[in-house]
Amino acid sequence: MTITVDRPQADTLPRLLRADAGLAPMPSFAGAGGRDRLIDLVDRAGLRGRGGAGFPTARKLKAVAGGGKEPVVLVNGCESEPASRKDKTLMSYAPHLVVDGAALAAHAVGATRVVLCLERGTGLAERLAREIDQRRRGSVRWQLAEVPRRYVASEESSLVHFVNAGEARPLAVPPRPFERGVDGRPTLVDNVETLAHLALIASHGPDWFRAVGTPTDPGSALVTVSGAVHRPGVYEIAPGTTLGAVLDTAGGPTEPLGAALVGGYFGTWVPFPEGWQLPLSHDRTGPSATTLGAGAIVALPASSCGIAETARVARYLAEESARQCGPCMFGLPAIAGDLAAIAAGRPDPAAYPRLSGRLTVVTGRGACRHPDGATRLVASALEAFSDDLRAHLVGRPCTGIQQPPILPLPRFRDRRWR
Amino acid sequence: MTLVNLWYVARATGMVSLLLLTATVLLGILGRLRVGSAGWPRFALAGLHRNVSLLTLAFLGVHAAVVVIDSYVPIDWLDSVVPFVSAYQPFWLGLGAIAFDLLLALVVTSLLRARINPRLWRALHWLAYACWPLALVHALGIGTDAAAGWPLALGVACAVAVVAAAVWRLVASWRTRLAAGDRGTGPARQRRAVAGRAL
Amino acid sequence: MSAVADQASGHRLRVNPISCVAHGLCAELLPEMVELDEWGYPIVDGAAVPVRLVAQARRAVAACPTLALHLDGKRGRHA
Repeated sequence: MTITVDRPQADTLPRLLRADAGLAPMPSFAGAGGRDRLIDLVDRAGLRGRGGAGFPTARKLKAVAGGGKEPVVLVNGCESEPASRKDKTLMSYAPHLVVDGAALAAHAVGATRVVLCLERGTGLAERLAREIDQRRRGSVRWQLAEVPRRYVASEESSLVHFVNAGEARPLAVPPRPFERGVDGRPTLVDNVETLAHLALIASHGPDWFRAVGTPTDPGSALVTVSGAVHRPGVYEIAPGTTLGAVLDTAGGPTEPLGAALVGGYFGTWVPFPEGWQLPLSHDRTGPSATTLGAGAIVALPASSCGIAETARVARYLAEESARQCGPCMFGLPAIAGDLAAIAAGRPDPAAYPRLSGRLTVVTGRGACRHPDGATRLVASALEAFSDDLRAHLVGRPCTGIQQPPILPLPRFRDRRWR
Repeated sequence: MTLVNLWYVARATGMVSLLLLTATVLLGILGRLRVGSAGWPRFALAGLHRNVSLLTLAFLGVHAAVVVIDSYVPIDWLDSVVPFVSAYQPFWLGLGAIAFDLLLALVVTSLLRARINPRLWRALHWLAYACWPLALVHALGIGTDAAAGWPLALGVACAVAVVAAAVWRLVASWRTRLAAGDRGTGPARQRRAVAGRAL
Repeated sequence: MSAVADQASGHRLRVNPISCVAHGLCAELLPEMVELDEWGYPIVDGAAVPVRLVAQARRAVAACPTLALHLDGKRGRHA
């Protein structure tokens, strides 16, 4: 059941995280003409994926719709990024938007099967199952899949693999899921936030959507702000907002900051004070080509050691490898080891050139983007904390290592992939 | 051609086939164990495995043909590929027929490897471990004088070689499984000494 | 070597990283184009294969024990 509301004022936020976020009476999108109109609305709105890649949603819809076989829709509510809570928050706050969006997306591509993918143990399955129950009279067949808690399990080919064969490991692409995915059919994999925006676009129109944000990155976006800020949590921002403004929205820093990690554990470090004015968007901005990704932002105090924090996360990412491809399976632990030795201030003289070489060799040689994201994080740490790096390499001690860890790691992880 | 001569040809080609089959199996295991050197690079051993298997099939073909043509014992063409239907020693001969069928399947699927499902090819290739013992037991059981003297010694030598190699392979795969976690690969530990490849 | 033989043939080398278990036969047969990293895995960056190496590249593709090496043709995949 959707709550009927007046169209919310165009340039106000929040949109998704409003207590009364609902859908105005929608024009009918029935029939093939209706489908085309719906996709056209999304196209004109310029909606981009909110799962991290920022891919134009309308292009994906068209590709899946034009696939030949009847498609399948996978709703990605897995959010395995430890520093991100926006999807879980959205699903608690406005599950009806997610489900309505999924139903619209299924209609747009001509699918009759929708699989909602959630991480095990989040407790959200019940809420969403209730929303789905209220829509059973439609022609769409709904399913819920509870996915193991592994970092790469939320990758789109992992979800396809899980639905097909019960194993949440990435597959080699090609073919990509939009070409051949579940049951060999074109599969639309979209993040829950993307689908929620889609529902609002269908209801309020593309011009309303474009009233906030930038011309190339319109609409609003959810971000998770954590670390050394007064009010860590999930906020809804407009792309184009500066990093400093976002941190202020979260209550401002609790102590002087050294840097912020933008884009989660596949993102980049943005050093301060230059980074304060960095506009955040799904386009790459700034000297480090920073992108919002899945919107996870962690504020690092100046008293912490960025190299040590990154070394911790690098080891986590190495442990989260699906261990299918050699460069990832062997390269990431080697890189994590090198970085840990550097962080501890006792590297051998060859550690830095060896680490740099490994970063180049490992990138791009896995079946999925896991090693690429990990190497990108490490490379950006070496660049953003270059002064600390130089000190570490000559063996000078670092007090930051003794600070409590800032970058979050999950408490519960599944060992198996099934 | 006298009957006695054909019988010798049959026996000789049978023994040579068994030796070649043993060599094939050993080369296959060496490949799996990533054995290689500057003088014997891995692609050469792999190529040898392939060529020796084809030679084995050729000799086996001659062996079967001679046995059939030789009218001293009542074995006809069908008995060479259909097991346990011959009039002469159906059990021991049948084992040989099965081994022949298996070898044929192994060679044909391997020649068509690029065109068939890789997992199917791998599953079928495991049948090599069934083919070889069947061939050995066939040889020891059917040969009129195989269970004594130097033919026996030859058979035993083949058996020892294959068993030793198989054990080596088992141990190696257990070790790499322990080292590499939930995926049984371990290339880094074994360096190849290929000329000019400084790692 | 003639200039024609050095031209790109339109074929590209590609490794399926999941199938690859670092046997290394590709590097033995095609050292001009395949280098092994420190863990024994081939570095093949979608490089264009010059005409004079196409036959050797096909040998390398056929030799891979896990069929992880592919030669993609001019008209898309599966040359």
